[in-house]
Amino acid sequence: MRCFQCGTCNVGCPVREIEEKYNPRKIIRMTVLGMRDRVLSSDFIWLCSACYTCQERCPQDVRIPEVMNALKNLAVKEGYIHSSFAKRVELVGAQGKLFPVSKFDNTKRKELGLPQIPTENKEVQELFKLTGLNKLSSAEGGE
Amino acid sequence: MKYAFFPGCLAPVMSRQFELSARKVAKKLGLQLVDSEDFACCGFPIKSVDQETALLLSARNLSVAEELGLDICTICTGCASTLAEASRELMHNDGLRDRVNERLQKIGRTYEGNVEVKHFVRILYEDVGPEKIESQVKKSLEGLKLASHYGCHYLKPSEVFDKFEDPEFPRTLDALISVLGAETVEYEDKTGCCGGVILDVDDKIALAMAQKKLDHVNAAGADAMVLMCPLCGSMYDRNQKVIERRSNVVYNLPVLFYPQVLGLALGIDPKELGLNLNRVKTSDLLNKVSV
Repeated sequence: MRCFQCGTCNVGCPVREIEEKYNPRKIIRMTVLGMRDRVLSSDFIWLCSACYTCQERCPQDVRIPEVMNALKNLAVKEGYIHSSFAKRVELVGAQGKLFPVSKFDNTKRKELGLPQIPTENKEVQELFKLTGLNKLSSAEGGE
Repeated sequence: MKYAFFPGCLAPVMSRQFELSARKVAKKLGLQLVDSEDFACCGFPIKSVDQETALLLSARNLSVAEELGLDICTICTGCASTLAEASRELMHNDGLRDRVNERLQKIGRTYEGNVEVKHFVRILYEDVGPEKIESQVKKSLEGLKLASHYGCHYLKPSEVFDKFEDPEFPRTLDALISVLGAETVEYEDKTGCCGGVILDVDDKIALAMAQKKLDHVNAAGADAMVLMCPLCGSMYDRNQKVIERRSNVVYNLPVLFYPQVLGLALGIDPKELGLNLNRVKTSDLLNKVSV
């Protein structure tokens, strides 16, 4: 990774502006140093809001949000998954989308003349089986 | 102008006024939106967990649009950036497309790499154009001071949007507001993130991020905020009361989706634009322009 620790990512980070414990520059440094377990088990990798400000401004063209995604993907493989993300997997796997559609929602939509929304998607369920993500969702919140 | 319409998962249940008004103004401007029951999750929520599955989810939707022979129009900025990124990767990387197709074929789909993805507002700007919109204005919004909020994924990562916007100094939404007769107000940290993506990870941080923007918009003396992403909408409109309650500050700042504002200027009835569905009351705002 070409990161030379200038800290531009930290300066523009809207999450860090609120919570100083979130420190993308440090996460990148620890990753480069190979501090695998400490990075993957940390709570902070889950806090990236994916705004991409750091990526746009990085003078070394480090794709920081993509690094965060890669770290989170690795963390999941190691058995660390934040409960809210396990929930996302469960919802998308079961109904094909993140936000549940209730009967009430579809009634409201009908009243407004909007088309009905399907409450499940068989192809997404199949895809989850193909990539093994269904096991993660059936594990009820992962590990 | 004909597109496959990808409403995403959030707008259809949490901000029906956005979807409703987008459909109304599209009809008025001759933009044809084709629905498909086969569209599902864009892939964004899964990226953090497994990028491979996320890309497959994106590719699946692109294949649905390709089957219809149409490019995609979406009203969610998260869906726009996720699908546009996948579209670019799969258009230019044959090896990746082959690997994705190996998996897609197992669910009876293929993707050849021919679908473009654009956000509804970008289509209004590029395909319809501010001039044509200006010529159709029936009711000028003169006297209204509006603060635009673009949303991160309308702008970034800029490379997936062919750099059609400047991610630091965006202008298209402001241009589209100006032609309606309203005044656009500048405010501090205009491209600031709403925090919506991490609301379920840490709501304290996420709501504090949203509150910063409410403070900045308020300080600039805007009558309302105008945006184009259902997640941003949920942070600033749906959660505005929560922020007020937690911090003992009253904002009472109306938050409108751009198609609602556009629809008013085109002379569409406010109820047809779902203005009664906004959480923060819009009646004072409507009185101001005597709609």
